[in-house]
Amino acid sequence: MTATTTDHGTGPTDARSTGPVLSLTGISKRFGAVQALSDVSLEVRAGEVVALVGDNGAGKSTLVKVIAGVHPPDSGRVEVEGWPVTIDSPAAAQRIGIATVFQDLSLCDNLDVVANLFLGNEALHGPTMDEVEMERRSWELLRQLSAKIPSVRVPVASLSGGQRQTVAIARSLLGNPKVVMLDEPTAALGVAQTAEVLNLVETLRDQGLGVLLISHNMADVLAVADRVVVLRLGRNNGDFEVPHTTNEEIVAAITGATNNAVSERSRRTAQRHADQEAQP
Amino acid sequence: MSTTSEPQLPADLLDTRLIQEQGLRGYVTGFASRLRSGDLGSMPVVVGLVVIWLVFYLQNDVFLSSRNLVNLALQSAAIGTISIGVVLVLLVAEIDLSVGSVSGVSAAVLAVGFVNKSWPLVMAVAVAILVGTAIGLLYGLLYTRFGVPSFVITLAGLLGFVGLQLKVLGDTGSINIPFDTWLVKFAQQAFLPASVAYALAVAVPALYAVSRVLGNRRRAAAGLSTQPVVDIGVRAGLLLVALLIGTWYLNQDRGVSAMFLLFLALVVVMDMLLRKTRWGRSVYAIGGNVEAARRAGIAVNRVYVSVFVLCSTFAALGGVLAAARGAVAGQSSGGGDTNLNAIAAAVIGGTSLFGGRGSAYSALLGVLVIQSISSGLTLMNLDSSVRYMITGAVLLLAVIIDSLSRRSRRSHGRA
Ligand SMILES: Nc1ncnc2c1ncn2[C@@H]1O[C@H](COP(=O)(O)OP(=O)(O)O)[C@@H](O)[C@H]1O
Ligand SMILES: [Mg+2]
Repeated sequence: MTATTTDHGTGPTDARSTGPVLSLTGISKRFGAVQALSDVSLEVRAGEVVALVGDNGAGKSTLVKVIAGVHPPDSGRVEVEGWPVTIDSPAAAQRIGIATVFQDLSLCDNLDVVANLFLGNEALHGPTMDEVEMERRSWELLRQLSAKIPSVRVPVASLSGGQRQTVAIARSLLGNPKVVMLDEPTAALGVAQTAEVLNLVETLRDQGLGVLLISHNMADVLAVADRVVVLRLGRNNGDFEVPHTTNEEIVAAITGATNNAVSERSRRTAQRHADQEAQP
Repeated sequence: MSTTSEPQLPADLLDTRLIQEQGLRGYVTGFASRLRSGDLGSMPVVVGLVVIWLVFYLQNDVFLSSRNLVNLALQSAAIGTISIGVVLVLLVAEIDLSVGSVSGVSAAVLAVGFVNKSWPLVMAVAVAILVGTAIGLLYGLLYTRFGVPSFVITLAGLLGFVGLQLKVLGDTGSINIPFDTWLVKFAQQAFLPASVAYALAVAVPALYAVSRVLGNRRRAAAGLSTQPVVDIGVRAGLLLVALLIGTWYLNQDRGVSAMFLLFLALVVVMDMLLRKTRWGRSVYAIGGNVEAARRAGIAVNRVYVSVFVLCSTFAALGGVLAAARGAVAGQSSGGGDTNLNAIAAAVIGGTSLFGGRGSAYSALLGVLVIQSISSGLTLMNLDSSVRYMITGAVLLLAVIIDSLSRRSRRSHGRA
């Protein structure tokens, strides 16, 4: 361990860089009488979109907030690029390279787009904020995301739902994060705006970021995710590679028709055989 | 990329949906649409002030005399200074109900320290102001550690510090501060020499124009749109004319009061801090959405503490200025309507009670409204019963405008 600690500044070894960029093991979180998360594990690799799905109250947002440093976990291990990290505040999460777009957007309606994008990270020009630099970088960032925002000097309250979501996503990218978490980014959006946000998610993946996408919408999940992780009642309940899974399989894991994917698969196979035998 | 195909357009004007109107007409239509959508800013209070001045002038033309306006400036400085602090707490969507008592404690400490204990005057002033700082620190810690609503903390402070003020004063009802001290001279008799006042009236618009032109250069270098030079020229010109006429008119009487200038300087500095620094940005962010600010990594608690500290410090400074102007501190210092006027001034000046909206200039505009009403009614020989009722009605009107414009902003997507 001594050798690796001195090595810390130079970054992970080759073996580690091919490993997951974010890895959680045994995460538990309790709110009073509610055990919101029990022993949850999760991995996200660079350039991979992992969808985190589950019923209402399954603990998805809680897990996001644990990773984002909003609610520190009661127990469990978090590793970023193979290094164990302690995320005890949102600022710590940002420093480590984890960016979050929260379900409840976390934009300040009274501030304009530039102010929201750079909130807590304002560029400085001497003692004062460098508005010119921030505005320039805002346009650069928004164009890089092919985002459609008419003006960055209007309060974000005057933007549409999709535009607000775009601002929130653009905002998460400013610190050059390794992992971006999006909590239900399309929940309140129309069809066209949803497509815009899903395009953004693919842009992020193509830029080599690990993306953790929380969603209720199976169509969205199957459209962009490489892997689907199911939470049920605060526990892991399945991990599916998207090309090799079906909507039904995931839904079954979400609703708890089975305890895990393996038994589900065998049960279904058995069922299919039984059905075939029942047919004349 | 789109920038290479349309190199003539600045980055921020590329979107075709952006309704962009140039020149004076664009300015007027933009302003009108902002008003319609409830983005009122300081509009209502400026209109209100003009109406109030006209009404009182028609009642008694002494109201707009140089002499009365100089008095108005002198009367406004202390309450206005307290009000700057109230603006700050309102911006983070909190309240300080105890600014009057804190100013009273500070005045008592000043007088007892300087007169009874024979401290050097500088030290007495410093201690009096630091008492305010300490009280603000206490409020800030109580608020951030225990999460007690600021309304309750400062209500307790309102009572507690009246008690402390009486305790500090002991048996003495009121203590006179000698007229020949620099403090009293500063508050009562210090006026800017005409040459200095005119120099300032020219320097301020010049500084404004230069900073805008320099800002334009940086924006152009970054490929962003610039403010038309004509626009800068017109604004600087209007400011220059207003300041020159104001200075000339006040100079017909005693001139620009040093204490009022101190208040103005504090307003300008606070406005700069709020608009240009990261601290100021975090104040607005917290007022808009605390949770968003916290998640953005802003040390929210530190900002709250800084705001409470500044508020009570401004209150204490206001107490010192009030004592200096009256050359007296006593049991009635900071009492009466000091508290309510200071809070009302911030709200009347256009700072929203809902947080995140307003500017340091609210303190200036609001206190001018309140003191104008008071001065006008005195000229009409109406007693304080009428003054209280009218000030109350104006405050109510300001709060109604605030609530309505908030609702309108919501429906026009400018919440
Ligand atoms: N701050 C909190 N305090 C108490 N209980 C909470 C808190 N946040 C979440 N919970 C509880 O934790 C459980 C999981 O909630 P959440 O993570 O929001 O679910 P999801 O996002 O999957 O719908 C729910 O039972 C919820 O009531
Ligand atoms: Mg949720």
